[in-house]
Amino acid sequence: MKAGVSTILGGLASRYFSWGRAINRFSTSVAVEEPIRPTVQIDYTQLLINGQFVDAASGKTFPTLDPRTGEVIAHVAEGDTEDVNRAVSAARKAFDEGPWPKMTPYERSCIIYRFADLLEKHRNEIAALETWDNGKPYEQAANVEIPLVIRNFRYYAGWADKIHGLTVPADGPYHVQTLHEPIGVAGQLVPWNFPLLIYSWKVGPALACGNTMVLKTAELTPLSALYVSKLFLEAGLPPGVLNVISGFGPTAGAALCSHMDVDKLDFTGSTNTGKIVLGLASKSNLKKVTLELGGKSPIIVCEDADIDLAVEHAHTAVFFNQGQCCCAGSRTFVHESVYNEFIEKAKARALKRVVGDPFKKGVEQGPQIDGEQFKKILNYIRSGIESGATLEYGGERVGSKGYYIQPTVFSNVEDNMLIAKEEIFGPVQSILKFKTFDEVIRRANTTQFGLAAGVFTKNINTANTLTRALRVGTVWINCYFVFDAAIPFGGNKMSGNGREKGIYGLSNYFQVKAVVTPLKNPAWL
Amino acid sequence: MAARRLSSLLSRSLAASSSSGSASLLSSLGRSSGCGKSIHRFSTAAAEELIIPPVQINYTQNLINGQFVDAVSGKTFPTYDPRTGEVIAHVAEGDAEDINLAVAAARKAFDEGPWPRMTAYERSRILLRFADLVEKHNDELAALETWNNGKPYEQAAKSELPLLIRLFHYYAGWADKIHGLTVPADGDYHVQTLHEPIGVAGQIIPWNFPLVMFAWKVGPALACGNTIVLKTAEQTPLTALFVAKLFHEAGLPPGVLNIVSGYGPTAGAALASHMDVDKLAFTGSTDTGKIVLELAARSNLKPVTLELGGKSPFIVCEDADVDKAVELAHFALFFNQGQCCCAGSRTYVHERVHDEFIEKAKARAVRRVVGDPFKKGVEQGPQIDSEQFEKVLRYIRSGIKSNATLECGGDRFGSKGYFIQPTVFSNVQDDMLIAQDEIFGPVQSIFKFKDLDEVIRRANATRYGLAAGVFTKNLDTANTLTRALRAGTVWVNCFDVFDAAIPFGGYKMSGIGREKGIYSLNNYLQVKAVITPLKKAAWL
Repeated sequence: MKAGVSTILGGLASRYFSWGRAINRFSTSVAVEEPIRPTVQIDYTQLLINGQFVDAASGKTFPTLDPRTGEVIAHVAEGDTEDVNRAVSAARKAFDEGPWPKMTPYERSCIIYRFADLLEKHRNEIAALETWDNGKPYEQAANVEIPLVIRNFRYYAGWADKIHGLTVPADGPYHVQTLHEPIGVAGQLVPWNFPLLIYSWKVGPALACGNTMVLKTAELTPLSALYVSKLFLEAGLPPGVLNVISGFGPTAGAALCSHMDVDKLDFTGSTNTGKIVLGLASKSNLKKVTLELGGKSPIIVCEDADIDLAVEHAHTAVFFNQGQCCCAGSRTFVHESVYNEFIEKAKARALKRVVGDPFKKGVEQGPQIDGEQFKKILNYIRSGIESGATLEYGGERVGSKGYYIQPTVFSNVEDNMLIAKEEIFGPVQSILKFKTFDEVIRRANTTQFGLAAGVFTKNINTANTLTRALRVGTVWINCYFVFDAAIPFGGNKMSGNGREKGIYGLSNYFQVKAVVTPLKNPAWL
Repeated sequence: MAARRLSSLLSRSLAASSSSGSASLLSSLGRSSGCGKSIHRFSTAAAEELIIPPVQINYTQNLINGQFVDAVSGKTFPTYDPRTGEVIAHVAEGDAEDINLAVAAARKAFDEGPWPRMTAYERSRILLRFADLVEKHNDELAALETWNNGKPYEQAAKSELPLLIRLFHYYAGWADKIHGLTVPADGDYHVQTLHEPIGVAGQIIPWNFPLVMFAWKVGPALACGNTIVLKTAEQTPLTALFVAKLFHEAGLPPGVLNIVSGYGPTAGAALASHMDVDKLAFTGSTDTGKIVLELAARSNLKPVTLELGGKSPFIVCEDADVDKAVELAHFALFFNQGQCCCAGSRTYVHERVHDEFIEKAKARAVRRVVGDPFKKGVEQGPQIDSEQFEKVLRYIRSGIKSNATLECGGDRFGSKGYFIQPTVFSNVQDDMLIAQDEIFGPVQSIFKFKDLDEVIRRANATRYGLAAGVFTKNLDTANTLTRALRAGTVWVNCFDVFDAAIPFGGYKMSGIGREKGIYSLNNYLQVKAVITPLKKAAWL
């Protein structure tokens, strides 16, 4: 692999995670040791509305917790309907009266570039905040995610002055053109698993296209978005363009989804919540909705695959970010001829996985986000055992404090088991055996989800056949989790509607206006 | 010339008729309205003996898996002649079970082929052959459309059928031009996107332009390699069955295009809720659109394209060519008996030309020829059915009660069928019901305005955002209004230009997504990103 700046900046999970191998598996001590103190202060806990940090209208706050310990790290203003209303009217005013949509695209682009520079300057603090609130390894936050956030904003800054409409061939003496206009006020709901990365997927294209927005963070991870949004104001973003509300889904989230003055909705989260979000949009003002939802993504290891490569990527695919990825490779289909070898190696790799305080150097896996997720995952593990899957490794919590779970590997998983069908969102690898392509294609596609897939083969025909046959939004061949800014991401079936990132991510944030006028004595048609 | 005739579009015909010349004779609408001037208004046609449509009704069953079949329940429902309210045929009434059969056929046709496994060129050839067959049956199809819908036969035969043919030629040309992208990567990866068919598309079309809407939906879905279950409107089930039969003659494999006749709450809801339908496209009212989207949300989150209602402003500036603006504003509203989602139903006229405009608009409406839509020179037929007829008359009464000035019309026309007099209101205020709701009938509402900022604000103060008309000679005015109006189409000094390549769709509660043109292809494609590492890449 080619090293150097671009790899690090574009540093992607799978590229990064090869580092993990060099380090010993979890020192059981870690969870017992005193947690490392994060090197960052929490300065912003209020709502950001119209360029000002303000308390919730109700005066209420809610605690946000350190997943390493379950202890409170800050009390955060709890936004509700009234706050969403205030934020939407600020965004409405900023859109209708400007200056944001009336600036030149180049000016908008410069502000986004300046913001990216400020992120870079504060990269370590932001990464620390992200780890503290979320529990993800600090090295992953600092060396992979924040650089990717910066990369995404630079990518979209570059788009701001390249939003072209089309001129359109007409059937008669008419001049026809299309304008790609900003939609207006965008409501955005980001999840807790990648708070800032998803922030960049949503805020980047919305701003590049000239919209204003109200962003609701997940109640589990409200801190980093407030911090970086402050930097956006420093970078010159006019007040009201980007408003950030902390709060809960059924209150603040529902208010945003139902709001009659919000023109666009962009949600990342579970499939069940996505259905509610779309229902609220349809019952209110038919705002356009982009959904990025759950998955149960297959990894297919063919008989000719490089097994060591496949084992390593399949490991990363499911264990990365504590297994809390919508596109986790959570069904590992392995050809029968390499099945036993694969299981031995997958198990050995899981055994080597370093679990512990995410602030500690070399740690690959921190705690799950909260007690609810922690219990849910342990229930799935019990369900796997009860349904007769073979527990190869793990299966228990780590330590007695916080929400750490052992890297867990099941083999002999059958398609009809709960662990093969539902999104576990935790460090649980399920390995399934297959014989033929037709069979594995059928089984891989037999799911309500269609987010991503991994294919491991050296044969170009196999790669091409599987690539077309899999009903998913991303196919990674001999790799996984490559998340460049330009690569579109999104789901088929119940994994979502629309695509984020890349050129495709722009169309979520503009309206197409056709403009038609007659031509007098045209030189050509 | 032939090409011009094929593509002859609604407003274009009008514009052409005013400039006269041979081209104008080929186009339909303008001719009918032009001819109209020489014919006495309200020829008591409705009282006369009705013309017998020169077409037989051969297809009344559901079309599932390439076969015409009865509804599973055995039930039928009557479809009517809007000229008289009399039954013209009994049609198989599809319900959830028929939808299930149709979806299963479409699923099989998609999953097992041959349709998505044919080459794009082969699919393209079938679409072209279909267009040729439609051309061959142009007059029969137009007669059937008029009989079932009540629209002027000349409009159906010379504008709408040619437009349908044009649309299928357009989409046939797209079939082998669905390109994915290769994507620049940040490291040593080869990245590409595939634009794949989505799968089984559910399509629900309205009664106001049964065949044109068929083309807007079926064309791109087939060009992209999908299979389809299409539900027609219960008022107008006949023409889709006829043309779908032609599609099979053209070589479309069985199961690729299934047609179910039936009602919204039964067949429509079953299609919108179906767990095996991958995509939904709906054209109809905003209220029904909300239900459709909710059913999709509650079932399998199928992506939904919506093309809904409108209350489109038509802005006549002080420097406009008033005669032309009057003619196009008239056309924008009265075309198709006012049954257009993008009808120019709020005519804003600058105060300096307001009185002149009203006189001329009234005079034009008085000249409008209402009568048997099969009769030559008739511009306006009956409304689609008694429900719409009553609704439109209620809105007229509401306009009178709320003190708008009734300039002409205001009542039914004749005593049989659903004919309504071309009606013009002036002194309409923004808060009146007739200024806010979609009337979907031949009722023009004229408003006065003073300055551009005011008219922009008023034009945008609506939950709709489908289209707008702007009449001005001033380039700055045109540019300002074009950007400021929150609408999916802005027609500047024209209206209802509907070329295949021009995208159409709404802002706000007028819909989601765009149909026609290159934009419509997205509705029927999934994007798949494919990534593989590069070894020893020569360049990145």
